[in-house]
Amino acid sequence: MNPAVGLFAFLAVSLATAVIGFYGLRISRTTGDFYVASRTVPPWWNASAIGGEYLSAASFLGVAGLILLSGTDALWFPVGYTAGYLMLLLFVAAPLRRSGAYTIPDFTEARLDSKLVRRVTSLMVVAVGWLYIVPQLHGAALAIRITTGLPSWVGSTAVVVVVCLTVAAGGMRSITFVQAFQYWLKLTALAVPVVFVLLVLASNGTQPQAPLPVNPTGQGAAGAYQHISLLVALLFGTLGLPHVLVRFYTNPDGQSARRTTLIVLGLLSVFYLFPTLSGALGRMFAPELAQSGQADALVLLLPGKLVGGLAGDLLSALVVAGAFAAFLSTTCGLVVSLSGVISQDLFGGSVRGFRLAAVLAAVVPLGFALMTDTLALAGSVGLVFAFTASTICPLLLLGIWWRGLTDAGAIAGMLTGAFLCGGAMVAGTLMGPGNAPVWLAQPAAWSVPAAFAATVTVSMMTKNRVPASVNRVMSRLHVPERPVATER
Amino acid sequence: MPDSPLFTAAAIAVIVLAIAVVVGVGLKVIRSFRDLGTDAERATYNTLHAASRAGQHLRGGLHPAGAAKASKQLRVLLGCDALAITDTDSVLAWDGAAEELRPTLMRLAAEVLDTGRTVVVPRAGHPATSDHGHHDFSAVIAPIRAGSSVVGSVAALAPAAGAGLVRATSEVADWIAAQLELAELESSRTLLMEAEVRALRAQISPHFIYNSLNAIASFINTDPARARELVVEFADFTRYSFRRHGDFTTVAEELRCIDRYLLLEKARFGERVQVSLRIAPEVLSTVIPFLSLQPLVENAVRHGLEAKEGPGHITICANDSGAFAEVTIEDDGVGMDPEHLRSVLAGHTDGDHVGLRNVDARLRQVYGDEHGLVIDTAPGEGTLITMRVPKSQPDHDA
Repeated sequence: MNPAVGLFAFLAVSLATAVIGFYGLRISRTTGDFYVASRTVPPWWNASAIGGEYLSAASFLGVAGLILLSGTDALWFPVGYTAGYLMLLLFVAAPLRRSGAYTIPDFTEARLDSKLVRRVTSLMVVAVGWLYIVPQLHGAALAIRITTGLPSWVGSTAVVVVVCLTVAAGGMRSITFVQAFQYWLKLTALAVPVVFVLLVLASNGTQPQAPLPVNPTGQGAAGAYQHISLLVALLFGTLGLPHVLVRFYTNPDGQSARRTTLIVLGLLSVFYLFPTLSGALGRMFAPELAQSGQADALVLLLPGKLVGGLAGDLLSALVVAGAFAAFLSTTCGLVVSLSGVISQDLFGGSVRGFRLAAVLAAVVPLGFALMTDTLALAGSVGLVFAFTASTICPLLLLGIWWRGLTDAGAIAGMLTGAFLCGGAMVAGTLMGPGNAPVWLAQPAAWSVPAAFAATVTVSMMTKNRVPASVNRVMSRLHVPERPVATER
Repeated sequence: MPDSPLFTAAAIAVIVLAIAVVVGVGLKVIRSFRDLGTDAERATYNTLHAASRAGQHLRGGLHPAGAAKASKQLRVLLGCDALAITDTDSVLAWDGAAEELRPTLMRLAAEVLDTGRTVVVPRAGHPATSDHGHHDFSAVIAPIRAGSSVVGSVAALAPAAGAGLVRATSEVADWIAAQLELAELESSRTLLMEAEVRALRAQISPHFIYNSLNAIASFINTDPARARELVVEFADFTRYSFRRHGDFTTVAEELRCIDRYLLLEKARFGERVQVSLRIAPEVLSTVIPFLSLQPLVENAVRHGLEAKEGPGHITICANDSGAFAEVTIEDDGVGMDPEHLRSVLAGHTDGDHVGLRNVDARLRQVYGDEHGLVIDTAPGEGTLITMRVPKSQPDHDA
């Protein structure tokens, strides 16, 4: 592939992100548009923003790569990523919006009336955010290496620099527009090349080089345990992702928060059609990528390989642009919500503190990303989901639906989950790749129930610590808002 | 998949955590070896420390949660085997041994609550329980008096109730009563603040009503349709500003109110008032004090543009800024003298800019002193007013 193409696409997307971040709102309105300006964001727009923020490197590159490598088993990833929103819709979206708290630490402090719980939750949120940024940076490193031939660190560093500059310099004061733009960019960037490739293949009558086996690895399909564990991680993990939850506050009330979630389900379903198709196409027409260890780059390489020429270059540029949109938007969203949490708990919420926190939120994961290397984006993001599901999710679900939750129970649950899930990750590393037993490689199936059990047991043991405000908070969470006074 | 950076990241996290624990324990050990003065000094410190910690828990009044935490500290203070705190009809907290006596305590305390005198009950333990190898406890029960009435009691249980324990227990009961009085003071201070906020609740200025009605009157003959429209706007505006319920509203509703206000002002000033808006949708649902933006816009029109020749421009911005929402209102009018403004905001000068002072005072009351209005201005240079409120306000309902 022509290196200039990748470089150009990257620069264009970075510039567009920064420009929209800074100037997206500079389009001044006059009083005539007052009503438009003071109306809240319509749900479909907000849904696009959530989609833009949620579809990360794992979805854009990782899913197709996994399908190329392991066939239908990999389909569980898109299913889980999407179905997590069903859980969000059913159990969390509306009550959380009604709570009036803006971050998960805010929510826990209001619900449990305890500063200590707030601090522990903040720690967990920051840990999850950092862990989640790392795979994004790996994706960027991979994309830069494949498309331009530059060393890997350039990609991760460039993404961090762009994000730091935009967030710390006071851009992203209205992140919804940026993220909504990114969703449609990502969708176009995946859909157009796939459709184009299909058309070219059909018109040339190219014969597939390989059949489309259900399970190409020949290692025997993954067992039921792995599937269940993965699904538990993805379903429950989505509930606790800090950058996704923040988006719901842009909705004016609980009902529109539900509607937004419903639209997100639709948008994600449409999106995941295309990585799946890419994976299948790669399996049939470019099976050699699986052997050369470049599976995650499949989406980037496919148009150049199958179409070629100027059209191929243009399509590649589009895909690279989409990939960087994915890295930038997810990283941006995470950095913004992390720096909100860090600046409030560490720097007292000043403007300067927010900038410092933004740099901190982006630079620490960069360090991790530069020290490590990965080949399986979807897998490592899956582990972050497992960690979230074992720590934040029990607190959030029980906090919303069970009045018996106490601060001691919440802390016990989070620490249990963090210890078990984190311990499994560390143990898995020490044993080396491929040697770890299945239950260590996919800890969610036991660490999530354990965290729930710990939360419930300790809460039952400390019944006298149930906060006095529980009735008030619960009714606020669950009673529908009174209709806004019908003013014209 | 197991060879992912997450494992490494988690490993590093665990190591960092381990180091933190070791350092923390080390510091604790070192501190315990530090010279902390004579035994008497240490005893004084321990007593006062326990008392102040217990006091914090009682600052919310007599509640089971606070009483439970306080009773732990107080039991150490008295050096008895069990300590209980009751209100007038139930046992709020029990710390220490012989919890099986809890149901009988209210019966024993009835006399204390009735007469308001300290009572010593020798052998408070039920004969049946002492057969099971329990100690035979004596109880000292002292009343907690608030003003002239008894609001609860403190019971100290020990194998033998000497005069020392009796004296100490009634002192503790008096001390708890003092804490409760402080709690009451605290809550009346909160009430006072709420009342103050309610009193400060902005009202629309009489000038504005007078001017608007005059402007509408001038249209009745020349443009009846517009006059009718303006009357409806005026009605909507007053309905919003006279509403009774709630001290809080959302940025979106406040903006709608400003829209109506400006429509009415435009009827008077025509094209002399130009307004542009830059609103981030994220902050539209942020909760702010009722009528806290409209007075700022009114100030910009009244003191910025009215005195100026030619058209004036007002820019209203709302931005997302981390955990805060930031609203700025800027005009290119005649500006103000900063010294004069300072004395107005401090409440030394009456007259103009009352709206600004009112909003500033309410913001400080509700969110603390660091959230007052920030005003950049100079004569002839226009005015920029910035307001920063936390987005997360679970206690405030719009």
